[in-house]
Amino acid sequence: MTYETIIGLEVHCQLLTASKIFCGCRTRFGDPPNTNVCPICLGMPGSLPVLNRTAVDYAIRAALTLDCDIRPRSIFARKNYFYPDLPKGYQISMYDQPLAVGGHLDIEAGGARRRIGITRIHMEEDAGDLRSPEEAHAYYSALRNLLVDIGVTDGNMEEGSLRCDANVSLRPKGQAAFGTKAELKNLNSFRFVQKALEYEIRRQTQLLDAGQRVAQETRLYDSEEDKTYTMRSKEEAHDYRYFPEPDLLPLLVEKEWIEEVRKSLPAKLLSQRREEYITAYGLLAQVATTLTSSQPMADYFEATATAAGDHKAAANWISGEVLARMKEGGFDIVVLKSKLPPERLGGLIARVKDGTVSGSTGKEVLETILRTGQDPDEVIRSSGLAQVSDEGALEEAIEKVVAASPGQLAQYKAGKTTLLGYFVGQVLKATGGKANPALVNRLLKERLDR
Amino acid sequence: MAISTKDVRHIAGLANLEFGEAEIERFTRQLSAILDYVAQLERLKTDAIEPTSHVNAAAHALRDDALRPPATHEQALANAPETDRGYFKVPKVIG
Repeated sequence: MTYETIIGLEVHCQLLTASKIFCGCRTRFGDPPNTNVCPICLGMPGSLPVLNRTAVDYAIRAALTLDCDIRPRSIFARKNYFYPDLPKGYQISMYDQPLAVGGHLDIEAGGARRRIGITRIHMEEDAGDLRSPEEAHAYYSALRNLLVDIGVTDGNMEEGSLRCDANVSLRPKGQAAFGTKAELKNLNSFRFVQKALEYEIRRQTQLLDAGQRVAQETRLYDSEEDKTYTMRSKEEAHDYRYFPEPDLLPLLVEKEWIEEVRKSLPAKLLSQRREEYITAYGLLAQVATTLTSSQPMADYFEATATAAGDHKAAANWISGEVLARMKEGGFDIVVLKSKLPPERLGGLIARVKDGTVSGSTGKEVLETILRTGQDPDEVIRSSGLAQVSDEGALEEAIEKVVAASPGQLAQYKAGKTTLLGYFVGQVLKATGGKANPALVNRLLKERLDR
Repeated sequence: MAISTKDVRHIAGLANLEFGEAEIERFTRQLSAILDYVAQLERLKTDAIEPTSHVNAAAHALRDDALRPPATHEQALANAPETDRGYFKVPKVIG
């Protein structure tokens, strides 16, 4: 039987705040257990949670970026269950009145563009609907890149800054009603999301083909065995007895607050800038991806391109030579900007473009700038690296070479035009390799064909 | 009776509590009495009244994203029934 797959993702994203959402304890990863805790997060009687303003700022940022409607009034709720990481016996969450609803994110998967709907964002989660493991992978990574781009999370999956649960169900093709879903937990990488879903779809297909039913349950993914298995839980699932959190008043988000947050968003998202680099400047998709790995990188590229007066050349220099130097020297974009300001790199590219130095000499100049912090023109002047583009000087050198090679000249005149290469080589040699090769070529041809 | 002994057993289970038969009977009676008492409110006409989750009309209070000194590690674990290498030790939840 042919089935259709329906996938929903619940993505948990740790916000980049210094302190926790309801108390002043540090959020740092990797500290010893039970050191960043206080009476509030331990749920001691008499303590009261107070909401972190920055956490709300970041949630609004995410909601704006994902085109969600931000609700003017949202309510925190208690979700009651027992879990080893939950000292209070309940989690403060949002339930029937979340912060934001109804957004979307565009993704590319399997060569097709798809708009994935986002049901809701609350202070900890959001969900969308997807049709294949590949789409789920694309959605999850696009969402991560976006949230890192707008500065609300570091997106570090090893440290659990981004986690994902997935719901998946099958239904016979043509059937309107959804099939029974299984919830998958423990999916802490993009690849695991895709692999766990692929395994689960195979498992459910086999069950349904054999006339059996899919049980509604929570399953854990074992990445070593590439299998999902039932998570036997002593908590009674789906009976969380939500009720409005009495310790926190409703969160009111006025228009002014939203506008203030909107101003803090990057003028253009990295995904938009990438698109623009491909369509407006004709950059290769892969190069555009490299240049939009972060907002500072994209800023650096644009400033360099402006100084160089050539976007394509700037893109090739940065994604090639400059990136190689960064990897070699182990420095990031911030250090690069101080070692090699975009104006300086742009200046160098312009010198290569106007023929002052050749491409390979340009790379030497780049090395020198990185080492000494000098200006490109200064380096070119002081080291005598400039190409000889003075036509008079080159014509003089050409005359000497031609006069010294009467035999070759006669053969050339007799039709052996491949000898042009010989003459070019002689002129370059005579000028110590500094002659502008394109110019030598042209002037020589003119002289020999005279 | 507003609720049954079955309801009470279910709620006790969710709260990780274990009771004897006599206690279950007694709590069923007591909880039913409380619910019956509150149920008197259902005689009021509330069609025109907005559902109320919070009686305090004031807007939320917010704090700046600033660090405050945490409890000491010893204070944090002082009330724990059982600890193990700096962790709280709890009954097995996922098996």
